[in-house]
Amino acid sequence: MRAVQELAVRNLTVTHGRHPAVHHVSFRLTPGQKMALVGPNGAGKSSLLHAVAGLHAPAEGGIEGAGQVALLPQASALDRSFPLSCRDAVLLGLWNEAGVFRAIANPGRVSDALAAVGLSGFEKRPVGSLSAGQFQRVLFARLLLQDAPVILLDEPFNALDARTAADLLEVVRRWHGEGRSILAVLHDLDLVRREFPTTLLLAREVVACGPTDEVLSAQNRLRARMMAEAWADDAAPCVRAA
Amino acid sequence: MTPPPASAPPESMIGEGPIWEGLVGPFVEFGFLRRALVGCLALSLSAPPLGVFLMLRRMSLTGDVLAHGILPGVALGFLVAGLSVPAMAVGGLVAGLGIAIGAGAISRATGGREDAALAALYLAALAVGVVMISWRGSSVELTHILFGSVLGVDDLALLMMGGAASATLLFLAVAWRPLVLECFDPSFARAVGVRGSAWHLGLMALVVVSLVAAFHAVGTLMAVGLMMLPAIAARHWARGVGAMVLVSVAVALAATLSGLLLSFHADVPSGPAIVLAAAALWAVSLVFGPVEGLAARWWPRRHLEG
Repeated sequence: MRAVQELAVRNLTVTHGRHPAVHHVSFRLTPGQKMALVGPNGAGKSSLLHAVAGLHAPAEGGIEGAGQVALLPQASALDRSFPLSCRDAVLLGLWNEAGVFRAIANPGRVSDALAAVGLSGFEKRPVGSLSAGQFQRVLFARLLLQDAPVILLDEPFNALDARTAADLLEVVRRWHGEGRSILAVLHDLDLVRREFPTTLLLAREVVACGPTDEVLSAQNRLRARMMAEAWADDAAPCVRAA
Repeated sequence: MTPPPASAPPESMIGEGPIWEGLVGPFVEFGFLRRALVGCLALSLSAPPLGVFLMLRRMSLTGDVLAHGILPGVALGFLVAGLSVPAMAVGGLVAGLGIAIGAGAISRATGGREDAALAALYLAALAVGVVMISWRGSSVELTHILFGSVLGVDDLALLMMGGAASATLLFLAVAWRPLVLECFDPSFARAVGVRGSAWHLGLMALVVVSLVAAFHAVGTLMAVGLMMLPAIAARHWARGVGAMVLVSVAVALAATLSGLLLSFHADVPSGPAIVLAAAALWAVSLVFGPVEGLAARWWPRRHLEG
């Protein structure tokens, strides 16, 4: 793993057309920090994560240290009928070192990564034959191979049974123990309070960011819930300083 | 007593029984048929893998759109220079690449729900092409362009088929990993810095080149059959991309050989004959293929212990 650097998001605005998904968001993810990203549906959590991962060009603002991130996408966004074995799906995580042509050094790492997420012996299974939980484990194994200093998780424990969620949470703890920074979109506030010391509460803009207990106060959560969900086509152009 | 007369000596090299005569004789005897065979076998090595990637990207229809899309360009070449291989090829290439870029723009503008617009596009292209050819050409020429003619494979056409096949195989050897990655998880590809759209554009360009190279032998409308049908058939036999590509090539080789023989013996245009053979192999695959085949559903076998 490369040295972990700070990830700094400054005044970031991401739009769909002219409507802001999130706007004027600033925060820092310091090396080794474990931060939860919390907010109601439609608050722009995934958009923010995608922008940090470089999938969405920001309309305004910028991100420093984005070169070191790896993203766990929402599993529902992938075509699971694709004819790929678990081994090959995990191998994709080595893209940065293998690229278009280079041979893969030490391919035994794939089996190790599968074993680390509890899928020993699944190398040849087509991803299309996996359960939702097993598929999520495969995506975690791919993240393991990516070996990134900063890890972004988009709803990593959704629709998982208790044991799968506990196993994968253990993987996240291990990453944190290795000094990586983690930013995870989560809906389970009890889990956030237990596991994540810092929280960013988002409602298309930052409602609060800091120690989890302070951020998740009743008052803040009420403010987040009162977020305007609808897009207003007659809204005035935003004049906040860029 | 005179001995019975010995059986007539073979008139040529090919008198070695009806099977030999039916299957190999035509190719030995007719140079044009041999050229069509070599060209189509070359394309059978390269076009089906392109079809596999189109299918995996859920772009099976796009192959059809491009095949129809090259027609107005081919027709323009025909209007300018008659049945000239280079003129029709240049026209087809330009029109096909234009349609590929246009279809991509429509796909982006509609967020991937482009099927209606593409259907409109290829109907329009087909109509324009047929009108243009009919304007100056006879129905024989129209049939030749739409459905192919083994007589159309001259040396230049053969070179184009071989060239297109070689370029495609080289491209696939280089682009295999990025294409698979980009098909399976496009946003992951973008996140790790794969220039997915560039690889995809290369794929589409080679689809156009293959269709243009193939049309002299099998026709603009049928060229896509050699690309998509083997790919779709292969889906029923293989669970991995690599195996799928190998099966699709085998299907295409078999379809080419049997299709050209069918064309020769039954005196039907070569394009539909090859596509018919490929379609028959697809039907067999659909019924008997181990992956999502119908037979497995009709006669399910006892499940395993674990």
